[in-house]
Amino acid sequence: MEKVETESRGAQQGPMSSDSWSRKRFMAMVGGTGAAGAFATLLAACGGSAEEPPDAEPTTGSAGGDLGIVQYALTLELLEEDFYDQILESGEVKDRKVRKLVEEVYGNEKEHADALRLTVENLGAVPNEPPETDFDAVLAGGEPTIIETAALVENLGAAAYLGQAARIENPRILEAALSIHTVEARHAARFNELARNGFESGKQLVGSIPDGPFSKPMDMETVLKKVQPFLAS
Amino acid sequence: MPNSKLTVPELAAVDVHGMTRSSFVLRGALAAGAVYGMGVVGPFVQRSFAQEGTAAPDADILNFALTLEILEATFYDEALKRVGGLSGDARALTEQLAEDEAAHVDALTAMIKDLGGQPTKAPKLDFGDAFEDEGSYFELAQDFEDTGVSAYNGAATAIQSKDVLEAAGTIVQVEGRHAALIRAQRGEEIAPTAFDDMLRQNEVLDKVAPFIKS
Repeated sequence: MEKVETESRGAQQGPMSSDSWSRKRFMAMVGGTGAAGAFATLLAACGGSAEEPPDAEPTTGSAGGDLGIVQYALTLELLEEDFYDQILESGEVKDRKVRKLVEEVYGNEKEHADALRLTVENLGAVPNEPPETDFDAVLAGGEPTIIETAALVENLGAAAYLGQAARIENPRILEAALSIHTVEARHAARFNELARNGFESGKQLVGSIPDGPFSKPMDMETVLKKVQPFLAS
Repeated sequence: MPNSKLTVPELAAVDVHGMTRSSFVLRGALAAGAVYGMGVVGPFVQRSFAQEGTAAPDADILNFALTLEILEATFYDEALKRVGGLSGDARALTEQLAEDEAAHVDALTAMIKDLGGQPTKAPKLDFGDAFEDEGSYFELAQDFEDTGVSAYNGAATAIQSKDVLEAAGTIVQVEGRHAALIRAQRGEEIAPTAFDDMLRQNEVLDKVAPFIKS
């Protein structure tokens, strides 16, 4: 198994719960490097050098499907990362609480993109380039439009991961995707709440939890159609 | 779960081979139909039911999830009654949480039955002095939701049926949303790590055992 380049970026993260099984496994494998590096190493180990016997998990024949899904997720994460980067650059978000949230989410998306990029490389492929985005109209709309759009984009992200979960063959990639999925859900709930789609407007949490008690998945085609307005033509 | 929540009219046309329309597996299929087009739903439903009697491992996992959801649902129900002076937003949030968790309990119960399993009985619960004030209540609520997220994520790869996996996914996303809303209510970071943790069953049990009395 090729040794994975790890990055120190993740080391800036706060401590994760010390008793976590996944954390222990990550850390055992990478000797204490950051989350993104650990994540990639975990995925690199999926051929069988981890705890499972080598033949317990089929990794051949399904790589194409999983690779396509990881590339798709990478593209979405790159779009999100770029969006939050542009928001912070624009200085359009004046509210300190909102700016702090954007910074937090930007950091998360960057880690997701980094991890997924390394995952693609570990699967022996070339990672997708960042999409050419156009958020000019969103940024011109100022803080309310920015928050509305962030809410939309995060809802899409969460639905996109949910839409792929059952199609992922490799268990390690599935775990990784799920650990991102719920973070997208966290972002989505908060931005929807700030967009006054939530209970603050007296509308209960219809926006924060837009599908009710059971979230809806979204297929790739629909997601890609919905992000079209944010791509440069 | 009340059938009235199924709002897509074409759903009545689906042949369900004698299964109750409120069953969660079916709901999942119907939701998938709404998203992917009804053509895929027929095979989906048949596939789910074909696993009856052979899907005991999935029923066990869902029973574990059911215990957690009962704990959460009971917790919020009690909070509504016992936490004094819940502010408007806090009360609205708690009502929503209680409603969502009750729906999860109903769904998991129906799904376990569909898989041929026996839904676990509600345990006796004691949340100690968690309801003393809004602060201690939301602190424990945050723990429960973060644990719920990690419990589902940690169990996912053990789930055999793709349909059960997707159904669990529709629930865990809502748990993640709950966690963020509670964290925001408390002024905490909504996503303290970029990758949510995975917990094994014994780790989850360690966290909730103090509240289970029988």
